[in-house]
Amino acid sequence: MTPSAAASSYPTRGRVLVVDDDAPLAEMLGIVLAQEGFESRTCTRGDAALGAFRDYRPDLVLLDLMLPGKDGIDVCKEIRAESGVPIVMLTAKGDTVDVVVGLESGADDYVVKPFKPKELVARIRARVRRREPVGPETLSIKDLDIDVDGHTVTRDGAEIALTPLEFDLLLCLARRPGQVFSRQLLLEEVWGYHHAADTRLVNVHVQRLRSKVEHDPEHPEIVLTVRGVGYKAGH
Amino acid sequence: MLAADLRDAVRRGWIRVAPRVRRALTFWRRSIQARVVTSTVVLSAVLIAGVGWILVHQTRQGLLDHRVDSVLSEVDTEIADAMTRLAAASGTETNAGKQQLELIDPIIERGTSRGYSVVLAGPEGEDLPLRAGGGKHTAGLDLDSVPRSLEAHFDGVGRSTAWTYTEIVRTRSVGGRQAGTQEPGVIVGAQLQLPADGKTYTLYFLFPLTEEEDTLGLVTRALLTAAGILLVLVAGLTWLVTRQVVTPIRLAREVAERLAAGRLQERLQVTGEDDLARLAYSFNQMATNLQRQIRQLEELSWVQRRFVSDVSHELRTPLTTVRMASDLIHEARTGFDPTTARAAELLSAELDRFEALLTDLLEISRFDAGAAVLSIDNADLVALVERIVRAAGPLADQRGVRMMIDHPDGAVRAEVDVRRVERIVRNLVTNAIDHARADDPTEVVIVQLACDDDAAAITVRDHGIGLAPGEAAMVFNRFWRSDPARTRTSGGTGLGLAIAQEDAHLHGGWLQAWGRLGQGAQFRLTLPRRTGVTLRQSPLPLIPDDAPSVDAAVAPPVSVPEADQ
Repeated sequence: MTPSAAASSYPTRGRVLVVDDDAPLAEMLGIVLAQEGFESRTCTRGDAALGAFRDYRPDLVLLDLMLPGKDGIDVCKEIRAESGVPIVMLTAKGDTVDVVVGLESGADDYVVKPFKPKELVARIRARVRRREPVGPETLSIKDLDIDVDGHTVTRDGAEIALTPLEFDLLLCLARRPGQVFSRQLLLEEVWGYHHAADTRLVNVHVQRLRSKVEHDPEHPEIVLTVRGVGYKAGH
Repeated sequence: MLAADLRDAVRRGWIRVAPRVRRALTFWRRSIQARVVTSTVVLSAVLIAGVGWILVHQTRQGLLDHRVDSVLSEVDTEIADAMTRLAAASGTETNAGKQQLELIDPIIERGTSRGYSVVLAGPEGEDLPLRAGGGKHTAGLDLDSVPRSLEAHFDGVGRSTAWTYTEIVRTRSVGGRQAGTQEPGVIVGAQLQLPADGKTYTLYFLFPLTEEEDTLGLVTRALLTAAGILLVLVAGLTWLVTRQVVTPIRLAREVAERLAAGRLQERLQVTGEDDLARLAYSFNQMATNLQRQIRQLEELSWVQRRFVSDVSHELRTPLTTVRMASDLIHEARTGFDPTTARAAELLSAELDRFEALLTDLLEISRFDAGAAVLSIDNADLVALVERIVRAAGPLADQRGVRMMIDHPDGAVRAEVDVRRVERIVRNLVTNAIDHARADDPTEVVIVQLACDDDAAAITVRDHGIGLAPGEAAMVFNRFWRSDPARTRTSGGTGLGLAIAQEDAHLHGGWLQAWGRLGQGAQFRLTLPRRTGVTLRQSPLPLIPDDAPSVDAAVAPPVSVPEADQ
């Protein structure tokens, strides 16, 4: 069984840009992704990553944090500045600080090396899964209008740019206003993780969402914290 | 009653004074300066008092000697004068009384003008006491002024001139009342024969020492003033001198305290080349050496942390590649021949172990480097324990071990790092399943949870092989194996309990073990429910209720692991 044979036997599920300076790992990632039906391209330098991203237009970016040329954190910020494409960080450090810095710079998720290929693929799938169109649906929460089908959030007619993940998070809370979601539940509903995952993901993304949609992120009115339990949407 | 009142009053007074006394004593104990000044002043006072006493004594002696000399010569003159006068009148006068008056009157007169008193006693040898009806004397003089010893001396004929000190008593009539004055004085006695009756009479001359007393008083006052001034000067000088010594010592103490508090750049100021300057210099050198050593240690620690971080990155990237390759091969093993397929299985399994070991090693080095930090959440421990036990279900089923949770109704909330506490409980539960009696229907692993106001405790009990005496404290050692001869069924890294204990300590909690050979073991995790609270007791006992009560007979007391906290 060869990777190309595996790839050709399934329709392409999406395109993944792998940014990692370690050539064997990048190649191995390519093989595994191809086996799972993803197309991929490899970039080994941080300063070449943005060019490759613009050229390749991937559905997801796998980004190593330690890169020659440019830091992974900076690459992450640059990509996020021009696109909401899902970014999954590959990190060799499990330390809180590195993870939080990575997530705050715009990454949607992270996997710690050494990871199991199945775990990585599960996370990639969760990020690039396509939603079936649900027909026109509009929600509103406080002074925000959410167009579910068009994936847009507007306040007084002005669009607020959210990444798909942030949009999903807001949508999940807004669909059942007043209900308290535990971090675990949000990981299941929004990230699609049914196994235990890091609840810090939720904390960081809630902060990022607040900084975009709240009038005053210090005193949130839309995404409220329920101490000791989780979060809920204000109504 | 009265005694009790008095005792009460004394006690009340002491209660009021006691703090002040204590403060004074503290000051006395702590201040070298106060002690040096006080002892110098006390010694100087003793010295000055001695010298002063000698001075006063000698002055007094000199003054008196001088006075006595002049008095004696005056008396000699008077007696000679009187003798001359009597001799001139001898033979012509036979009335003794008149001659007495002739003798004494001029002397009394001269005495009054020159400040001394005179007494004429006698005639001697007739045993007539002076006071019984004495002879002539200066008006106002009390005859008690003449000491009896002197009177006795002159109780006879032909006695030599003699003198002694006495108190001169005078009575004076002031406004109709008798008033007496007393002053020190010298009394000189001399005998002479009255030609009229041929009898011997004694003449006493009483000279007051008022002037000498005044002089002595003046000298004493001058000396006292001088002594006072001298003492104040000595105290001041000592204070100044000790301050010169004590101030640098106090400065050194302050700098040492600051150094001890971690401000390593603190130094003493060095001025001059004296002993204190050299002390300061040595002190600074010590501080510099300390600072250098600590810097080196800090650098080493930093290098170590850096090394761990680098190793982490460098090892993990190739391991990830190998892992993925191994998984790929493992997935495809059905197409291999049996030997290669088995090799693929072993590769995959051992990679799991390798990975677990690497993860644990990195975790331990993070603890060692002090880089481990808590990420505190207010979490429900009941839900946490249930989650872990549920996750351990497949392993328990596989080993044929039943599991049971015993917890209070409702949530048990505590401020903990959920990830770490999960790791501890998972470790304890997996351990218990590993060491429990496999496939025994009576075996049950009991996970118990309880809490009080300050602490929450989780115990995990199994009834398997247990722990040998003394092992309860060793199970937390790194890479510790209970018995090298015993085969291990689990694939643990040997670091699990060491990490669990570090995690517990990071929370300010305890992780303890109890065990008996063949009777199973119990591990107890106790955590404070609020961060920063010091644990005093655990809501659950370390030794399980179902433990044999004859513990002490079975095992020596040293193996009771309560000591391990």
